[in-house]
Amino acid sequence: MTNPNFEFKPASDFIREDAPERYIYNMDADKHEIAISTHDLQVFYGDNLALSEGDLEFERYKITSLIGASGSGKSTFLRSLNRMNDDVATVNGQIMYRGVDINTKNIDVYEMRRHIGMVFQRPNPFAKSIYDNITFALTQRGNYTKEQLDEIVETSLKQAALWDQVKDELNKSALALSGGQAQRLVIARALALKPDILLLDEPSSALDPISSAQVEDTLIELKNQYTIIIVTHNMQQAARISDYTAFFHLGKVIEYDLTRKIFTRPKVALTNDYISGNFG
Amino acid sequence: MKAKTADKIATGFIYAISGIVALILFAMLSFILVRGVPHLSWHFLTSPARAFEAGGGVGVQLFNSFYLLILAMVISFPIALGAAIYLNEYAKKNYFTAIVRTAIEILSSLPSVVVGLFGFLLFVVQFKLGFSILSGAIALTLFNLPLLTRSIETSLAQIPDLQREAGSALGLSRWETVLHVILPAAVPSIVTGVVLSAGRVFGEAAALIYTAGQSAPALNFGDWNPFNISSPLNPMRPAETLAVHIWKINSEGIMPDVNAVSAGASAVLIIVVLLFNFSARKLGMKLYKKLTSS
Repeated sequence: MTNPNFEFKPASDFIREDAPERYIYNMDADKHEIAISTHDLQVFYGDNLALSEGDLEFERYKITSLIGASGSGKSTFLRSLNRMNDDVATVNGQIMYRGVDINTKNIDVYEMRRHIGMVFQRPNPFAKSIYDNITFALTQRGNYTKEQLDEIVETSLKQAALWDQVKDELNKSALALSGGQAQRLVIARALALKPDILLLDEPSSALDPISSAQVEDTLIELKNQYTIIIVTHNMQQAARISDYTAFFHLGKVIEYDLTRKIFTRPKVALTNDYISGNFG
Repeated sequence: MKAKTADKIATGFIYAISGIVALILFAMLSFILVRGVPHLSWHFLTSPARAFEAGGGVGVQLFNSFYLLILAMVISFPIALGAAIYLNEYAKKNYFTAIVRTAIEILSSLPSVVVGLFGFLLFVVQFKLGFSILSGAIALTLFNLPLLTRSIETSLAQIPDLQREAGSALGLSRWETVLHVILPAAVPSIVTGVVLSAGRVFGEAAALIYTAGQSAPALNFGDWNPFNISSPLNPMRPAETLAVHIWKINSEGIMPDVNAVSAGASAVLIIVVLLFNFSARKLGMKLYKKLTSS
């Protein structure tokens, strides 16, 4: 059946005949401060190569979106950055963070994940109070006074734009929060550890449009202090909030560039097909 | 046949089957309770059994049942918890864990009388523990361990993986996540499983006949030194439990009121097991509220 209103977009007119097959934006180390970068990253699930040719540099204090169809390897890539794939996959290659390759055996992954935090698709607050959700990971490692903890709870909830809604019920169970609130609590929980980099795996895809917009606003606020890398299926979201965008396809980075360039003048025909909705 | 008619017939059939199950349970319970409850009295619950004359009670047996239950739980719970945590949180799918799982399944399908005879040969005879509470408690542990492990493992498996991911994304080790995130969230369901298995252990007879013994020597309830032979706490004394007592007086009881004692003891046993079952849910809910501060 053909939809009469459907307007088929051919690979756009402005893509030249000799369009490259891949295009990776190279950061000029003098102009851009690199927060984290990957080199020759390969991820195997068993014998199955899920990601190859993952070479990307991420600029500090910017939001980078990873887009692509399901199974394109973008989530796999993201989860490899703080070694969340350790148990399920084999990750080869280098992940450089502050001059150290963190993809090696002698790295303390628990300590590393305090620098590179992660938020998942579905809100996953602990079955604890709102207050304990935020302080729990802190108190497991260090000694804090009640005043310090109070302050951290307040700051991180404010950063996640949740403080005004929950300040009077910090001892209530986090399980009673709505989906959007729970997701912002989870972001606050990650922020409480004062990470350098925040990885988000489709953080608003399980939320309604209003909650989703709130999470987006939160991320834009956070950009001043954090490097954010976000996987999203929502192209409008990527266009709205991110500075850079990487397009993944079949386990490869096809195009990586400034977001405005990707969404207005992609250099690779495949990218254009994807963002104009011709597949995926 | 129309889909709607077929659906109605199937629904009616399923309702009927569930009704029959409920009816059988209800009939059995009311039969035991109607026969037994009239014989219950404070005297019956507290006085020792009498072998030849009427008017004996089940006080010692009742105490033995609880004491054995507690000892068996104290031994089996930590082992089952450890095994369940290993199987659910740490074990990778490989040859070794497959063997462990199969072993647990075989152990759980072992008839309890076989467990009892094994306990008799090994603990009572070989280890010279005699017919004793200790032998009985170890036999009950063998009987209880696989079921309890499975039940705790199921409780842990019910906690979504999102919680584990949340823990590791915050830089918590797997052990910290298990201890502070997974276990507290699973406690209500673990407690429910423990109390339910306690009900099963409380009613167990076959595993105890040859291990804890069939005699209930009089106890001195003023003497709580576990090293004295007449002390209720002495783990080396023979201890007939309530379930074993019911089996024994029904097969060889010669007291004149044997039917009354049997009916009364059965009613006590059923009431305690029912209490376990009803309290399990309540306790679980209460703990959940407390631990999650909801």
